[in-house]
Amino acid sequence: MNTHEVSPDTHHDVYSKTVFGFWLYLLTDFMLFATIFAAYSVLSGNHFGGPTQKQLFNLDHATLQTVIFLISTFTVGIAGVYTHRKKRGGAIVFFLISFVLGIVFLGMELHEFSHFIAAGSGWKKNAFASSFFSLVGMFVLHLVFALLWVIVLLVPVFRFGITARSVLRLTCLKMFWQFLSIVWAFIYTIVYLLGIV
Amino acid sequence: MSLFGRLGEHALKHDWIEYAAGVSIVGGALVVIILITYLKKWGWLWREWFTSVDHKKIGIMYIVFSAIQLAKGLIDGLMMRAQQATASGDCMGYLGAEHFQQIFTAHGVTMIFFVGMGVVFGIINLVLPLQIGARDVAFPLLNSISFWLFAAGGLYIFISLVIGVFAGTGWTAYPPLAGLKYNPGVGVDYWLWSIQISGAGSLLSGINFLVTILKMRCPGMKLMRMPVFVWATLATVVLVIFAFPILTGTIGMLSTDRLLDTKIFTADYGGNPMMYINLIWAWGHPEVYILVLPAFGIFSEVVPVFSHKKLFGYTSMVWAIAVITFLSFIVWLHHFFTMGAGANVNAFFGIMTMVIAIPTGVKVFNWLFTMYRGKVTFTTPMLWFMGFIFIFVTGGMTGVMMAIPGIDFQVHNSLFLIAHFHSVIIGGVLFGFFSGYSYWFPKFTGFRLNEKLGKYAFWFWFVGFIVAFFPLYLLGFMGATRRMNHYPAGNGWQPLFIVASIGAFLILIGVLFQAAQLYKSIKERNQNKDTTGDPWNGRALEWSTASPPPFYNFAHLPEVHSRDAFWELKKSKKDIVKRKYEDIHMPKNSMVGVNIGILSCVMGFALVWHIFWLAAITFIGILIALIARLFVKETDYYVKAEEVEQIETRSRAT
Amino acid sequence: MKRAFKIIIITLLIIAVGALTVYFVSTHNIPVLEPKGLISVKERELIITSSLLMLIVVIPVLVLAVVFGWKYREGRGSKHAPDWEHNNIAECCWWGVPVVIIIILAVITWKTSHDLNPFKPIQNGTTPVKIQAVALDWKWLFIYPDQGIATVNYVQFPEKTPIDFVITADAPMNSFWIPQLGGQIYAMPAMTTSIHLLANETGEFEGRSANISGKGFAGMIFKAVASNKQDFQNWVQYVKSSGKELSWDIYTQLVEPSEYNDVEIYGKIEDQLFDQILIQYMPEGNKK
Repeated sequence: MNTHEVSPDTHHDVYSKTVFGFWLYLLTDFMLFATIFAAYSVLSGNHFGGPTQKQLFNLDHATLQTVIFLISTFTVGIAGVYTHRKKRGGAIVFFLISFVLGIVFLGMELHEFSHFIAAGSGWKKNAFASSFFSLVGMFVLHLVFALLWVIVLLVPVFRFGITARSVLRLTCLKMFWQFLSIVWAFIYTIVYLLGIV
Repeated sequence: MSLFGRLGEHALKHDWIEYAAGVSIVGGALVVIILITYLKKWGWLWREWFTSVDHKKIGIMYIVFSAIQLAKGLIDGLMMRAQQATASGDCMGYLGAEHFQQIFTAHGVTMIFFVGMGVVFGIINLVLPLQIGARDVAFPLLNSISFWLFAAGGLYIFISLVIGVFAGTGWTAYPPLAGLKYNPGVGVDYWLWSIQISGAGSLLSGINFLVTILKMRCPGMKLMRMPVFVWATLATVVLVIFAFPILTGTIGMLSTDRLLDTKIFTADYGGNPMMYINLIWAWGHPEVYILVLPAFGIFSEVVPVFSHKKLFGYTSMVWAIAVITFLSFIVWLHHFFTMGAGANVNAFFGIMTMVIAIPTGVKVFNWLFTMYRGKVTFTTPMLWFMGFIFIFVTGGMTGVMMAIPGIDFQVHNSLFLIAHFHSVIIGGVLFGFFSGYSYWFPKFTGFRLNEKLGKYAFWFWFVGFIVAFFPLYLLGFMGATRRMNHYPAGNGWQPLFIVASIGAFLILIGVLFQAAQLYKSIKERNQNKDTTGDPWNGRALEWSTASPPPFYNFAHLPEVHSRDAFWELKKSKKDIVKRKYEDIHMPKNSMVGVNIGILSCVMGFALVWHIFWLAAITFIGILIALIARLFVKETDYYVKAEEVEQIETRSRAT
Repeated sequence: MKRAFKIIIITLLIIAVGALTVYFVSTHNIPVLEPKGLISVKERELIITSSLLMLIVVIPVLVLAVVFGWKYREGRGSKHAPDWEHNNIAECCWWGVPVVIIIILAVITWKTSHDLNPFKPIQNGTTPVKIQAVALDWKWLFIYPDQGIATVNYVQFPEKTPIDFVITADAPMNSFWIPQLGGQIYAMPAMTTSIHLLANETGEFEGRSANISGKGFAGMIFKAVASNKQDFQNWVQYVKSSGKELSWDIYTQLVEPSEYNDVEIYGKIEDQLFDQILIQYMPEGNKK
């Protein structure tokens, strides 16, 4: 992220420019996911004789994941409030809670991936599996970035407290996390719910 | 897995033409490197250019890089013409089929991505901040990163000539041909990473410019007071933001098909190659408007200035741009009417396509009626505009013809199509760029271009284009399909191919005149200095600065009260109010852009050759570079008011 | 004087080029403009109609460009109105006229999209001839399921009879195109497309692939012959008696990449060959 140190005439400019720019970035990320969603929609029925959604998906597992991620989004929102109030302790705690929940989610998703592979539906198997792994895999990739980002941003907050710069960066991180929860909502609906129905 | 993946000595085996090309590229690069070392300019290059985050420097680097790519792309074109002029009947030409296929693929990628996108981002970088009265773009460091990603992607075109091969699939690389089954080698992978890496740069630029336009206009510059070039840029970057991620996702999936053996675009295992075609053109059509809208914007600047008249129909122009932008998202299927979507779908997309002709036509009429009752001077920029009218309009006409599925069934993928899109891309995008180049050259260099050589260049380009491409319309009607390395004798095609080669040669002469023009102008720069900053009696804010502008652009941010802000200022004959100089906040140079460029280039190379440990290391390196940047505290500095005053006084004195 | 000289030379050049073009066109076969098929005739009509409609706008544009450039050149002393930048009538004209033309073209587009839809069968009272076309690397295989014969790079059919082409590929994407008879349609592996053509008269036409499919794609040229009914029957008999069989084994050899193949004829073919080619891409036919 490109930010300038606080200066009297450009403080608000920098903040609003960067947040707006980050919104636009999220828009492009949305389009990226939309592309892979389109691929999944077209290919989700192409099992080519391999296992189907009904055989592979565990709706309870996916629902639990969804609840966990929604909670983590809620706590990231709280973390955002603490951040804007420059309350270091609260921000760290709640970002860490989201981080932990994110790790749990990640573990659950990797567990699902290994289940797919064990059931003979790895990403090479057929178009359905490929597009499933592409879509959910892309989500996992984004989540890993978010988790890394939490650590990278929290370290200076821990050491130096919350500066104007970190407010900006943590806000972007919070927006990213919330964006991911929207993407997951689509994945849960289109991939899991519609897949099992 | 070997340490070097699938890289081996075989990668260096080529036919004699490829050797010659490789040698000249490596040789040329060595000459440049030796020259820079001899002149002891590395420090200067690093400080003043490579690590610069100044939009003006970055813009010039884009254009220089694109010029090199244009030379390569033109040579590709000439080689293709030479092959097709000779390879008839028993003669198979001088190029093998696979080599020929790599040449036209590289030609397409070079011209669209590394010339087209390069000159577009180059000109926007140079002109946009000045026209809105800003000191730079919203995110200068991101701007530098974008450029280096662009350059990194562009390098593969050259690297693949020496190490390995390039794709031979055509520039859109349709699967299943571009998939693992039919093309397991490195060619398509070079294509993939070239586009993926430079595409990332483009995406970031799109975000950067959009924030710049919406957040950094100087006081008083309401949206409807912006120069039309800025509106065109706004539309362009909206297209970039919505369209480029589609490209990222689509070729990302082709990458997993090739790297991880996924079955997304395969013919079997349930894959769907037709979906690739839909997705790539969902990006591809907006892409061509990304290329041409800035050219339209450039003409909206050039025509009023050289007609000494206000632009006709400002509001219409803005609406036309908006309509074109919107429509460009709902026409993509016209690139594959012949894939069999059925009559209703084909008809819908065909009709949407021809509707775009309406706002485009409005713009053409508005430009012409800007000339009406104006005082027109045919300087080089204005000549390029006239050339555009003739060539682009015929290209547009043939485009509307092909929008009709019944006609497209006959001319799809034929040389008729090739003639059409070269007409609109060369006549539109390239002529637009050349017009802008001649127009803005004095602003950014401080001296004028030689007009006479510029005019010779134009005429050779214009006549050369007609001679090179109009025969292709006829060839299309004669049943000549595109991408042929050879064709039967006796059907009358060869004479037309020979005429086309002559045209290509004329274009080459045009380019040589442009090179000569640049050389002569640099040599005579002291006699042709632009001392006023306003050599053409311009209308927009960039002409209110010195030539070249100081690195901070404006000592005082302008205050605007109308359209054609600078023109109105000149008319009102207001003296430049001697306001107090203030400290100016400027960003520092940074090597983050260069680092990310180098790391990405190596990462892509590693992925191409399956050197996965290297790919992982460079990827982590990119992350480290970005994270390290987060911890840099001194990212900018203040230019003291006294220094600003010194610079301003010095430039006003000359 | 020098300017007038320039103009005369340029005009003469343009006339010369025009004359050469006319000469060239009249002495060469221009399949798309000299169509011999039911479909291609309609396609040519479309080309002419749409061109004329668009010239209504294009010609004024080009004329205005020349006239304005000439008349309002600096130094000619023509009226200069530096701030004139709006005129409702003018705007109405160049928004309105193109809209009308596009509406006309849109109606034509809708109609002809359906009329000329490759999937639409041609009905003229004659029994159609069914031909299955398979794009291979880098030649065309034609299967006549009703006659039980097959050919490579050669197809013959009776004139004035609807030909129902059903098309697939056992290769990357190709495009099936006989310009003189009609437009093209993609040939794609794992799926079928179809195109219906009819030759208005006897003749020999060139067909090719119009989509790059690899190294030898330029050599994917086939001869399409329209003969009268009797000649067609004779030809079928001739092929039947040729003795060569296109068994599945022979087919797997044929699929191997080869370029500029000579014409081959097969008197006997594997049963349901076309379907078997498609089944390879289905789960049941997956031999891997």
